[in-house]
Amino acid sequence: MEEQLKIDFEKLLENSNFSKKNVELKRKNFDNFIKKGFPNRREENWKFSDLNQIISKNIKNLSFYNDLSKPNKIDQSIFIDGLEHNKLVFVNGKIEKIEFDYEEKNKIEILDDLVLEKFNDVNNSLLFLNNAFVSNYFKLTVKKNYALQKPLIIYNITNKDLVSKNVNLKVDIMLEENSSLKLIEFSNDKSTTNFININYNFDLQKNSILKNYKIDNNSNSNIKYYFNNISQDTNSVSEIFLLSSGSEFIKNEINCNLNGIYASAFVNGVFMLNETKHHEIKTNINHLVENTKSYQLIKSVLDDTSKAVYQGKIFVDSKAQKTDGYQLSKAILLNDNTEFNAKPELEIYADDVKCSHGSSSGSLNEESIFYLMSRGLNYKEAKKLLINGFLLDVVEKITDSEIKNLIKNIMSLKQ
Amino acid sequence: MREKEITKLKDYKYGFTTDIENIRAPKGLNKEVIKFISKAKKEPKWMLDWRMKAYERFKNLKEPNWQKPKYPKIDYQDIYYYSAPKSTSENPKNLDELDPKLLETYKKLGIPLQEQQRLNGIAVDAVFDSVSVATTFKDKLNEVGVIFCPISEAIKKHPELVRKYLGSVIPLTDHYFATLNSAVFTDGSFVYIPPGVRCPMELSTYFRINASQTGQFERTLIIADKGSYVSYLEGCTAPMRDENQLHAANVELIALDDAEIKYSTVQNWYPGDEDGKGGIYNFVTKRGLCKGINSKISWTQVETGSAITWKYPSCILQGDNSIGEFYSIAITNNHQKADTGTKMIHLGKNTKSKIISKGISAGFSDMTYRGLVDISFKAKNSTNYTQCDSLLMGNKCGAHTIPYIKNKNPESNIAHEATTSKISEEQLYYCQQRGLNPEEAVGLIVNGFCKEVLQQLPMEFAVEAQKLVGISLEGSVG
Repeated sequence: MEEQLKIDFEKLLENSNFSKKNVELKRKNFDNFIKKGFPNRREENWKFSDLNQIISKNIKNLSFYNDLSKPNKIDQSIFIDGLEHNKLVFVNGKIEKIEFDYEEKNKIEILDDLVLEKFNDVNNSLLFLNNAFVSNYFKLTVKKNYALQKPLIIYNITNKDLVSKNVNLKVDIMLEENSSLKLIEFSNDKSTTNFININYNFDLQKNSILKNYKIDNNSNSNIKYYFNNISQDTNSVSEIFLLSSGSEFIKNEINCNLNGIYASAFVNGVFMLNETKHHEIKTNINHLVENTKSYQLIKSVLDDTSKAVYQGKIFVDSKAQKTDGYQLSKAILLNDNTEFNAKPELEIYADDVKCSHGSSSGSLNEESIFYLMSRGLNYKEAKKLLINGFLLDVVEKITDSEIKNLIKNIMSLKQ
Repeated sequence: MREKEITKLKDYKYGFTTDIENIRAPKGLNKEVIKFISKAKKEPKWMLDWRMKAYERFKNLKEPNWQKPKYPKIDYQDIYYYSAPKSTSENPKNLDELDPKLLETYKKLGIPLQEQQRLNGIAVDAVFDSVSVATTFKDKLNEVGVIFCPISEAIKKHPELVRKYLGSVIPLTDHYFATLNSAVFTDGSFVYIPPGVRCPMELSTYFRINASQTGQFERTLIIADKGSYVSYLEGCTAPMRDENQLHAANVELIALDDAEIKYSTVQNWYPGDEDGKGGIYNFVTKRGLCKGINSKISWTQVETGSAITWKYPSCILQGDNSIGEFYSIAITNNHQKADTGTKMIHLGKNTKSKIISKGISAGFSDMTYRGLVDISFKAKNSTNYTQCDSLLMGNKCGAHTIPYIKNKNPESNIAHEATTSKISEEQLYYCQQRGLNPEEAVGLIVNGFCKEVLQQLPMEFAVEAQKLVGISLEGSVG
C-alpha cells in the first residue's frame, strides 16, 4: 500500500499546479499519514472498528489518485423530487454543479478553489490523508442576517467508473451572525469498493442556526469516513440528524466545540443495518463555557450479521458550569449474529452540571408482539410496526417539518 | 530511612539464608530474588517453577499506560520484594507515641482501644489478646471443614487444591501487574469451603494469625465448592500506614455449582498528604469465576484511601444461571486519583449481572468509572443492569464515566444509566436549618447517596464504613 501511496502522491503533484508552499504542506501531511497509516483497533477511537482491517478485507488494490480533469455526467433522476432546494453536486469527489436559484446572490459566497493555508497537527491520520490528497476544497459562506430560503442539498454521487479508489473531499461552511442554513447531505453510490474520506468544517457564529441532515440510504459496497468539525459561538444552534444505512461501512465522527455561552448541539441518529454492514457514530461534544447544552439520541435496528457502534463522549471543562448534557442510545438486535457496541463516556471537571447517559440493547419485546398479534396483525407486521415506532421517535426530533416528512418517506416510516 | 535500610543490608552480608527473622531480600527483581522468596517460604519445586514462568513472561511485558491517572515511572529494581515481618521491638510501645492525627481518626471511627493498639502492632494485654479469639474461631471452622490459612501454608498442606486453582482465573500470562504478582507474591489468604457448607462466620484477614503485616504483593485464593457459601472481608476502616508504595495484589475467586462468594473490601490506605505527596499505589487484580451453574459472586468495595486506585474487580459468568454483582463506593479527596469499575463477562446462558457504582470526588481529585459488559453470542437470555452515579464537589476535581458495552446476543438485555451532579444547595440548606454544620450535612447527604452500596456490607463493617465516608470528605466543604 505504501508503494502505491507514494506513486499516486507524486502523480497528484505532477498533474496539479500547486504553489510551492502548498506542495510543502501537502508533503508534510502525506508524511504524517505514512507514519501513522490507517487507524487500527489499537487506537482507542477505533477499538470497535478496525479500519485497517476493514479496508484490506473489502478493497483490493486501493489507489489514491483521481483524475479530476474530465467532467462527469450527472444522473438527474437521483435528484430529490417534491422539495424545492438549492444544489451542490459532487461526482466522484469533483464539484460538477452549483445551483442557488432560490437565494439572493450577494448573501452567499461560494469558493471552490481553496487550498490549504496552514498545517494542522491533529491526532487523526485520516485527516492527514485528506489534506494530502484533496486537490482543492470548497467553501460556502452565508452572510450576516441571511437565512437561506430553501434547503441546500449536497449530492455526493459516485458512478460506475469509480472502483477501488480513495476519494477525498473537504467542505467548509461558515455561518455568519444571525444566519441560518438547512443542509441535507445525500449520498448516492453506484460505484464499488471505494474508500471515501470526507471532512466537513462548520463555523457557527453568534446566533446562527445549522440544521444538518445526512442521508446514506442506498445500498453500496463503499467504505466511508466522515469527519465533521463544528465550532459554535454564543447562542448558536446545531442540529444533526444521521441516517446511517446504505454503505458497507461508515464512521461518522462529530467533533463539536461549544465555545460560546448558550450554544447548543443536538445529535440524533438512526442505524438501520442488514447484511454485513458495519456502521459507527462517534461524537465528541466539548462543553467549554458556561450554560451550554447538548443532547444525543441514537437508535439502531440490526439484522443479519450487521454491527453498529456508538461511541459518545461528553466533555465538560472546569469553566463550563451549568452544563446540560444528555446521551441516550438504544438498540434492537433482530438476529443472532448481530452485534451492538457502545461506549457512552462522560468526562467532567465542573461540579454544577447536569449530565447523564443511558444505553440499552436487546431484542423486541415479545409481549408487545403478542399484544399486536392478538389484535389481528401477523408476526411480520407486528414486528414492523414496533420497529417503526422505535425509529419514529428519533425522526420526530427533526425540527423542520418538510424535511422530516422527506426523511420519513425515505425510511418508509408511517405515522 | 535510607540509611537504616543500608545498615540493614550491611548486617545481611552472608548471602541467602532460610533464617527469615528480620531480613529482607536484596533490592531488585531477578531470578535469585524469586528463588530466595520461594526458599524463605519453604515452597515445593512446582511453586518455584510456576514463579519462574511468570517472571520469564513478565520480562517481555510492557507496563500499561492507557489508564487515566498517570503516575511517575516506578523503578521495579528499586523495590524490596521480600521482607520478613518486623520485630516487635521497632513498634511503638504505647498509643502516646503515635501521630495524634491518627488517634483522632480512630476516635471518630469508634475503634475500641485494644483494636487500635493491635492495628499499630503494640503488644496487647493478654486478656485482650486477639490471638486467643482467633483460635476459638479456628476451632469452629475446623469443625465444618473450612480451610482458612495463609497461602504459603496452603501451598505446603493442600498442594492439590492450590495447584488446581491457582492461576485458573488470573493466568500467569495476564497483564503486567498480575504477572509481576505471580512471580513475587509473598503472602495472602487461602480459603476452601467444602461442598454444602455454609461458612459459620464472616471470614476476615483480621482474624488470621500472622497477618499483622499487609504484604505488598498479596495473593488471595478463595474456592467455594458445590453448594457452599462464604463471606469474606478484606481490609479495615482504620487508616493503614504502609511504607510500601506499590501494592499489586491478586485475588482469585472460584465458585462451583450453586456456590456463593461475597467479597467485601474496605480500603483506606495512606492517600498521601494534602498536596498529593506520597501515598500508596493500589494496583490490584481481582477476578471471580462463576464456574458452576447457579453460582454467584458479589463484590462490594469501599475505596477511600490510596493515592492512586486502579482496579476492576471482575466476574466471569461461565456457568449457566450464574450471577455477578458489583457494588462500589469510591471517594477521592485532595490529590487522590481513582480509576475503578468492573468487568462482567457473560458466557453462560441465563446469566445476570448488576453493577452499582457511586463515585464522589472532591478537592483536586480525579475519579473514573471504567466498566465492561460483554455478552457473548452463547449467553442467551442474559441481563445486565448498570448504574453509575458521580457526585462532584468543587470545580477543581473531575468525574468520568467510561463504560464499554458489547452485546452480541439478541436475546439478552443490557441497560446502562449514569448521572453526574452536585449536592444541591437546597438539600444543604435544609440540613443546616435543622442544626447540622455544613460538614455533617454533606456527610449525611453523601451517605444517602451511597446507601445502596453500604447496605451490601456486613453489619459491623457497614457502621464503620458509614463514618468513614464522612471522614474521607473532611475539609472538602466551604
